Amino acid sequence: METASTSNNKKPNSKSAKLSRDVQTRLGQQLRAMYDEVVGQGVPDRFTELLNQLDSDENKDRH
Amino acid sequence: MAMDESVRKAVLAAVPSLRAFAISLCGSVDRADDLVQETLLRALANIDSFQPGTNMSAWLFTILRNHFRSEYRKRRREVEDGEGRYAETLKSQPEQYGQVEFKEFRQALTQLPADQREALVLVGASGFSYEEAANICGCAVGTIKSRVNRARTRLAELLDIDGTSEFGPDETTRAVLAGHDHP
Repeated sequence: METASTSNNKKPNSKSAKLSRDVQTRLGQQLRAMYDEVVGQGVPDRFTELLNQLDSDENKDRH
Repeated sequence: MAMDESVRKAVLAAVPSLRAFAISLCGSVDRADDLVQETLLRALANIDSFQPGTNMSAWLFTILRNHFRSEYRKRRREVEDGEGRYAETLKSQPEQYGQVEFKEFRQALTQLPADQREALVLVGASGFSYEEAANICGCAVGTIKSRVNRARTRLAELLDIDGTSEFGPDETTRAVLAGHDHP
């Protein structure tokens, strides 16, 4: 005879249950892969140009 | 005052990670790059308030995060829109992410409340400690920890990972893509 909570109940309470280490690891890997994909694109030219522009503006202001 | 070479280097070094953080916040590459540009302009205009020897990257992240939050609140007020609707907008523009590979994950990420999303990304991807993330978000360390936990739980639900099944059909797709990555 089975109790109310059956033996094949593998998700006791998904809302409050602590995520397994395995799930956390996989989420972390996905997140970092997505993030690192952007980081790997380096510095787009517009930002180097922006800093050059600001630098030369400041120099002009000073002289 | 001309830009100090060390400041310039530190700012440029932070740009790739700032972009990744910005994309995760706003979901659009174009908007994210504008956000980063506005952040750099603000930072350099206030460079005197940066304390040398402290973490330049964390300082820039704080500026970007606060700027995004105030813009976001403004937009929300303007359209009297909820977070759900905003997430829907992002979901309808998946092509902006550019990467088919992470589409499912990114879409799940956009469905998280903004405070959970930023906490998860700062700690789980940007590599900040809980303490640093708390400083960036202007909240308690315990708050960051609980946001990260809630974000993970919600993501696992959205992506239907419960520790017993694989990531779903995309797992196969990814395996296939990975197998043909090299020419």
